[in-house]
Amino acid sequence: MNSFVAIAYVPDTETRIKIGADGKSIDESDVKWIVSPYDEYALEEALRIKEAKGAGTVRVAAVGPERAKTGLRECLARGADDAVWIDSGDSRYLDALATARALAAAAREGSYDFLWFGQKGVGYDESLVGPMVAELLDLPHVGNVIKLEVGEGKITAHREIEGAHEIVESTLPVALTAQKGLNEPRYASLKGIMGAKKKTIAEKKLAEMGIPEAAAAGAMVRWRKLELPPPRQACKLIPADDPAAAAKELVRLLREEAKVI
Amino acid sequence: MKFLVFIEQREGKIRKASLEALSLASKLGGAPAAAVLPGKGVAALASGLGKHGAGVVYVADQDDLALYSAKGYVGALDAAAKKESPDAVLIAATSMGKDIAPRFAARNGVSVLADVMELRVENGRLVGWRPVYSGKARAEVDCGNAPLQVATTRPNVFPAQSSDAAEPRVESLDLGAIAPRARVVKVETSASKELDVSEADIIVSGGRGIKGPENWTLIRDLQEALGAALGASRAVVDAGWIDHQYQVGQTGKVVSPTLYVACGISGAIQHLAGMGTSKVIVALNKDPEAPIFKVATYGIVGDIFQIVPEVAKAVREAKKE
Ligand SMILES: Cc1cc2nc3c(=O)[nH]c(=O)nc-3n(C[C@H](O)[C@H](O)[C@H](O)COP(=O)(O)OP(=O)(O)OC[C@H]3O[C@@H](n4cnc5c(N)ncnc54)[C@H](O)[C@@H]3O)c2cc1C
Ligand SMILES: Nc1ncnc2c1ncn2[C@@H]1O[C@H](COP(=O)(O)O)[C@@H](O)[C@H]1O
Repeated sequence: MNSFVAIAYVPDTETRIKIGADGKSIDESDVKWIVSPYDEYALEEALRIKEAKGAGTVRVAAVGPERAKTGLRECLARGADDAVWIDSGDSRYLDALATARALAAAAREGSYDFLWFGQKGVGYDESLVGPMVAELLDLPHVGNVIKLEVGEGKITAHREIEGAHEIVESTLPVALTAQKGLNEPRYASLKGIMGAKKKTIAEKKLAEMGIPEAAAAGAMVRWRKLELPPPRQACKLIPADDPAAAAKELVRLLREEAKVI
Repeated sequence: MKFLVFIEQREGKIRKASLEALSLASKLGGAPAAAVLPGKGVAALASGLGKHGAGVVYVADQDDLALYSAKGYVGALDAAAKKESPDAVLIAATSMGKDIAPRFAARNGVSVLADVMELRVENGRLVGWRPVYSGKARAEVDCGNAPLQVATTRPNVFPAQSSDAAEPRVESLDLGAIAPRARVVKVETSASKELDVSEADIIVSGGRGIKGPENWTLIRDLQEALGAALGASRAVVDAGWIDHQYQVGQTGKVVSPTLYVACGISGAIQHLAGMGTSKVIVALNKDPEAPIFKVATYGIVGDIFQIVPEVAKAVREAKKE
């Protein structure tokens, strides 16, 4: 069974965010980049399906600047068979639809049973690209998958919603977005890391994929401004020498000052 | 500016988050908005939307919409949009909203202002604010020159208003047979039917400070006293003390309640990513250096085993008054 796994290469969640000189994007100078954590679940599940069936390939794909190749290389080290890097060129910010169009074009070049995405790409935190690709390719999708059973030509996926799980059946091919809980991703082995050096990363340009770079750069959803969040007011500490009195004071503040209970 | 709002219902109950989006649409548009309501047996719910700002409600009421499918629900939204030709579409950023918004937008060749926490209109265009980089920054966003503007709104952030208004006009949509390739076959609700963190006004969360799963009773006591939902840090989810559905944070749920009470939670950046936009934050932690105090509105430095029961007691007493 063949899988296509879309990988977002994003700032490490521990990274301190500094605003760039343009006031619209981050200052990338000290940023450490990682494969978005949800994409690790997606890749792991794709690898497990392939291993369970004993056949198929797992291709990883990323849209972005040159550094995205480092992320792809990490995925190859974990066991993906090959990779596609779609060079986003000068367009620093592609919106979700432009990204989805590029990924859909890359996915059209192969034949896949599964298209995998993270439930969200950390950083932008939009949760848009997966279902958008499914729509562009006219495929069914299941979002927020925490458990998957693969049957003959169909799957049963458990998806997390508010206070419940939805059990969803779908035909193949299908697009899936991975949620935490789906599996425990493996680490790359030394052998994997060595082997990854021999695997290929195909390189594509947006323009070659029928996506004019200019249109992508002029993505419709734009960041007009990026700011650090307004600082929260300093914490009012309540002395705790007498827990009962402290508790009473807290409740008083919540009622009379904050007016939230 | 013409707005269309997607109205989500489950088991015949309309989601508050959808009423928030509808109120926002009628406020921004300065006139009653259009709404679309898919489901089975939902026609009776349409008239009630008038007081929340709906001028017209497109109802798609058919058997094969009883359970959610992206195909059916996006189909209903798209059919309403074709009839209404709105300038903007608002959808609450619930699990269902996040499932349909990107498909609907892609079908119409546009993107989405996702999960906005503020929204305004400037020269007929939507401008929103949304948290990015795990809440470490916020971005002001617009849709450029997109012919259709689509935004999803963070639940619990915008007020749901109601007023005396005329009953909305109701129009029915006929979607034909839906036959989705991906379809919900079953919904497994947790037996307790607990309020989910993403829908709660008040959340009481426990972290590793509770020492073991047997001590949830401590947190539950305060949760019940406040009529809150229960939340958790990743540390206790990973330890197997509680299910992932309770997890708040970057790899859990992102919430914006009025009040968030963190008990024995250190306040790691990934936890703050999930709750940093709460209106009021209370930190109960024995370590005065814990980062949670940096975002907290009120804090008590002390042992939760002593403090939490006292807070629960004080809440109950205050509520009696
Ligand atoms: C990629 C990634 C994603 C992550 N996603 C999430 C996420 O979604 N959500 C999340 O929460 N975390 C997430 N984490 C983990 C996060 O970094 C922290 O490890 C986690 O939040 C810690 O949980 P905690 O505060 O319960 O535990 P700890 O950090 O161990 O803190 C326990 C706190 O309890 C206090 N305490 C102990 N005993 C008592 C007592 N008797 N009375 C009062 N206070 C007491 C201690 O002082 C301490 O501050 C993520 C990490 C990574 C790397
Ligand atoms: N630039 C990108 N390249 C490849 N995949 C991406 C990219 N951006 C997003 N994705 C995929 O889409 C998912 C959701 O991202 P988002 O819609 O940005 O939250 C991610 O987890 C990835 O699987």
